[in-house]
Amino acid sequence: MSQVNTAPLASVWDGGRSPYAVNSKKFGMWLFIISDALTFSALLMAYTYVRLATPNWPTPFHFSPSIIFSTVMTFCLLSSSLTMVMGVHAMNHGNRKAAVGWILATICGGLAFVGLHLTEWLNLIRNEHVTPFDNPWGVPLFGGTFFALTGLHMTHVIIGVIYLGIIAFAVGRGKFKAEDVEVSGLYWHFVDLVWMFIFPLVYLMSAKI
Amino acid sequence: MSAHTEVAEHVNGATTKAFVNVWFALLFMTGVEVFLAYEQIPVLIFLTALVGLSVIKAALIIAYFMHLKFEKLSLFLTLFPMLIFCIILMLIFLGDAVRIPNMRPPA
Repeated sequence: MSQVNTAPLASVWDGGRSPYAVNSKKFGMWLFIISDALTFSALLMAYTYVRLATPNWPTPFHFSPSIIFSTVMTFCLLSSSLTMVMGVHAMNHGNRKAAVGWILATICGGLAFVGLHLTEWLNLIRNEHVTPFDNPWGVPLFGGTFFALTGLHMTHVIIGVIYLGIIAFAVGRGKFKAEDVEVSGLYWHFVDLVWMFIFPLVYLMSAKI
Repeated sequence: MSAHTEVAEHVNGATTKAFVNVWFALLFMTGVEVFLAYEQIPVLIFLTALVGLSVIKAALIIAYFMHLKFEKLSLFLTLFPMLIFCIILMLIFLGDAVRIPNMRPPA
């Protein structure tokens, strides 16, 4: 009969256990978040580059509706991050019903954000005549960079709403574990985090004073 | 520790009260950003304040909402120094952006 070695490993890097003390799903999501953060960093840097290189950069964001809308959108995303973390908290304590409620509240915050964002886009397109390829100020790169950056972020929000919808549905039916809710929460907080840079750099820096 | 406190305590160490406090802090900093946008202050100071507040907000979200504060240090060291280094490398191009307007021939 072989003897089982019960001596503790000298280091977590010796193998046999995660050196980060997190499950593979969570670590995978962190790696995705870092790669996505690089994508958004490159886009924000490209936006800043084009803006610095263009002396007559347009400032089409009036206080009403653009700045009011984008501020309310920020409130929606920040509040949805709070409800998401509450959902993770409830799930960690085995309270599936409360977790589903919090996740649904998060989805509502995300949908409010998308609705307001689309309204703001339509205002720019219809009233300010800004499109991805042209605008009245003769700086086509403004529309190109603005719609690319905010559009990619809004795509992330829409994907997040669908992702959370699937998680809420499954958790309500007794499937998925707390770690699955936590991983979806990581994605949602990242979407919130990216907006914390887009809102000041794109909207507030181009506000019409 | 009372039963109520035990329930309120997050498995990773943070409490629901901490989450609410972070949320209030994030809202407050957003309010300051909007306020600064309508104050007549030099662009460089304004930009520095906006980026500084955004970095603080991002750090709060990562630390508390994404729980990184309660994870092992090895996870942070594996993920973030590389990200910050790559972002700093991207800044190299910005000097060129400032130079381009001065290189345009007069109309």
